Amino acid sequence: MWNVGSFLRVEKGFQMAEKSDSKPEITRRGFLSWVRAGWIAFTAAAATGSLSAFRFMFPNVLFEPPQIFKAGFPSEYADGMVDTRWKEKFRVWIVREGNLIYALRSVCTHLGCTPNWLSTEEKFKCPCHGSGFYISGINFEGPAPRPLERVRISLAEDGQILIDQTQIFQQEKGQWSNPESFLII
Amino acid sequence: MIDSLKELINSISSPSFFLTLSIILLGVSLYFKQFWTRRSLGIAAAISGGLFLFSVTDENFREIVAKPDNLPIIALLFLVGFFTWLSLHLAFDNDRRKAAGEPILEKQETLPKTFVWPDLVYIEFIALIVCTVVLIVWSVLLKAPIEEPANPADSPPSTKAPWYFLGLQEMLVYFDPWIAGVVIPSIIVLGLMAIPYIDRDVKGSGYYSFRERRPQILVFLFGFSILWVFLIILGTFFRGPNWNFFGPYEFWDVHKVVLMNNVNLSEFIWVRGMGIGLPRNWLVREIFGIVLLLGYFAVPPYLLARGWFRSYYEKLGINRYLLMMFLLLSMLALPIKMYLLWIFNLKYIVSIPEYFFNI
Repeated sequence: MWNVGSFLRVEKGFQMAEKSDSKPEITRRGFLSWVRAGWIAFTAAAATGSLSAFRFMFPNVLFEPPQIFKAGFPSEYADGMVDTRWKEKFRVWIVREGNLIYALRSVCTHLGCTPNWLSTEEKFKCPCHGSGFYISGINFEGPAPRPLERVRISLAEDGQILIDQTQIFQQEKGQWSNPESFLII
Repeated sequence: MIDSLKELINSISSPSFFLTLSIILLGVSLYFKQFWTRRSLGIAAAISGGLFLFSVTDENFREIVAKPDNLPIIALLFLVGFFTWLSLHLAFDNDRRKAAGEPILEKQETLPKTFVWPDLVYIEFIALIVCTVVLIVWSVLLKAPIEEPANPADSPPSTKAPWYFLGLQEMLVYFDPWIAGVVIPSIIVLGLMAIPYIDRDVKGSGYYSFRERRPQILVFLFGFSILWVFLIILGTFFRGPNWNFFGPYEFWDVHKVVLMNNVNLSEFIWVRGMGIGLPRNWLVREIFGIVLLLGYFAVPPYLLARGWFRSYYEKLGINRYLLMMFLLLSMLALPIKMYLLWIFNLKYIVSIPEYFFNI
């Protein structure tokens, strides 16, 4: 069993020994001024830290591709083909069907993975959860709830295709009838 | 001979087949207490070990199983099996003791007692050192599967979550991302936290018993072994490129084509059933699904409170009873939705893409 009595006696002796020690005494006022200085230093450090974290949100250089780019001349695109040359850099497919050209974002509408164009099966297939889309971008299999999104497409002054990813057209909102969402050549 | 056997196994393999099989196995094994003896552990180990060794001779099976990141999962599966057996073995043993009027295992006078210091602490220390050695040897022998730098514009054909999240990744196929990825995991966590408030039964506290805790153990094993462990197995070993399902001896072909023309409930009713087009208004379009969904969460609790679950309803009171029913029905919703998709190609019961609500 634990001997409570002896424990208390030892504690008492320890306190008395400390009191007789001639250490410099800490006054209440002195202690508070230290607390004040420490608190100011802590606040300053925390404020500097949060400011620099905020500054981190605005980097000097952005290694992102521009949202607006020129995608070559319409004659470079073969009929009935999905062109994957811009997928790596800009995450956009350009599809030509007859004289109709449109640009689809290569972002799955389920969870944002990058689908792949499977030319033999003639569909876009997302590897993450198996969503499938026709060449038109319409979803037909897997969990994706809505079609792929189109981006703005137009002809630049020099005759090249101009892709503007800042503007998105969603089929389920009826935006694919917007003349800016496709190109007739 | 062997090849045709593998062909047969591949052809009957499907998610619905395996899920049904595991549910039946769970039910049957809990019904017969002979499943939880030492002898049946030996038989089960021999069967599963033999099946595993037989399968390893297959090239396609070996390629998946022998992946460095899949090895720990195999080890874990055998451990899960063993510890499920151990706890149920002790529980059935205690039930037998109680029935025979003997003292239960935990109350036996002859139970050996050891001291925390030095016995337990030494064992823990040795276990710690052994684990460290195993981890170091493991990390030296099996290389981490590091691939090329990540590129957001390029998802490799076989894109998988870490193994412990594969159950979640499987759920994402059946529900809208924010429901499968946020709402359901939150319900799981909150539901686990709510267990001590719903189940205040002191029976089985401090000792193993099956007879006194049948429904609780059944719900636990269904939720853990089937809805968590089974989905991890499914995701690790049977989901290949493009999240397609592959049989155990099937080559993981990137170009495998599976007919998956999924149809929403609204299309089933409005287009195929009534022969008219989909209504424009989403509320009218989805009204059947919404009624079905509300009915699913409202009708069974009401009927069961007057029928089978009457004693629970009286014991728990209305609030705790409704909470329990909500959690149970949420848990059951996952396998129900899985079967609906696998059998009827039903994509979403309620599909409102306008408001990102797809169930």
